[in-house]
Amino acid sequence: MKRVLVACGNGIATSTVVASKIREYAEEKGIALQTDQCKLMEVPGKASSYDLVVTTGTFGGDVDTPVVRAISLLTGIGQEDTLQEIITKLEQ
Amino acid sequence: MDVAVELKKENILTNLNFQTKEEVLRFLANHLYEEGYVKEEYKKSIVEREHRYPTGLPSAGVNIAIPHTNHDLVNETTIAIGVLDKPVSFYSMEDSKTLLDIQIVIMLAIGEPKGQIEMLQRIVAIIQNEALTKKVLASDSTETIVALLEPALTENK
Repeated sequence: MKRVLVACGNGIATSTVVASKIREYAEEKGIALQTDQCKLMEVPGKASSYDLVVTTGTFGGDVDTPVVRAISLLTGIGQEDTLQEIITKLEQ
Repeated sequence: MDVAVELKKENILTNLNFQTKEEVLRFLANHLYEEGYVKEEYKKSIVEREHRYPTGLPSAGVNIAIPHTNHDLVNETTIAIGVLDKPVSFYSMEDSKTLLDIQIVIMLAIGEPKGQIEMLQRIVAIIQNEALTKKVLASDSTETIVALLEPALTENK
């Protein structure tokens, strides 16, 4: 089971929308994954326990875990590319 | 499925003229405060949070910002929509150094975050609907805007 950390400003609003879109897409593709949500400022402290970090904003600091920016899942512009990038990075 | 928030025409504010995002945010937040939807501290918090975590979203239609802040500052869940005569600069949610010309501001007052996922998803569906956002911008009556947005907020998925 892959683990994805989804982060936004307060870890509640936009990350919820993004997390549910990722889960739906993964289910369609037959990929088992679990999402957790957190605040952007918590990402550097939590990222190492996850296979992938997905954010709707920017956070300070570097993490070793791959990061995908997913504002497209809110705007719709480039949404399919972002979902594909998430799956590709998880399969690496 | 019923949506927990009803779009009220008195919470749709059109023909707004502002120079800065702070003015827009204070105006909409003050409206929500005066109508009793949010606590007084919400007004300050929504501006501070926008500075720390910007909410501007680019769109193929009209760029939209979705300012929101802590749920414990909300008395009753609702949304306020501000339609601006001229765009105002907001920073992009994705890249806080990029400015976007924003002409529709959807201010979220979400009291019970876990229960409002559906509503936020529906708002995202509105943001992604290029034709719909252009129609909202072109409308000058709040009744028209309610009629345009209500199906998107209430129809079954």
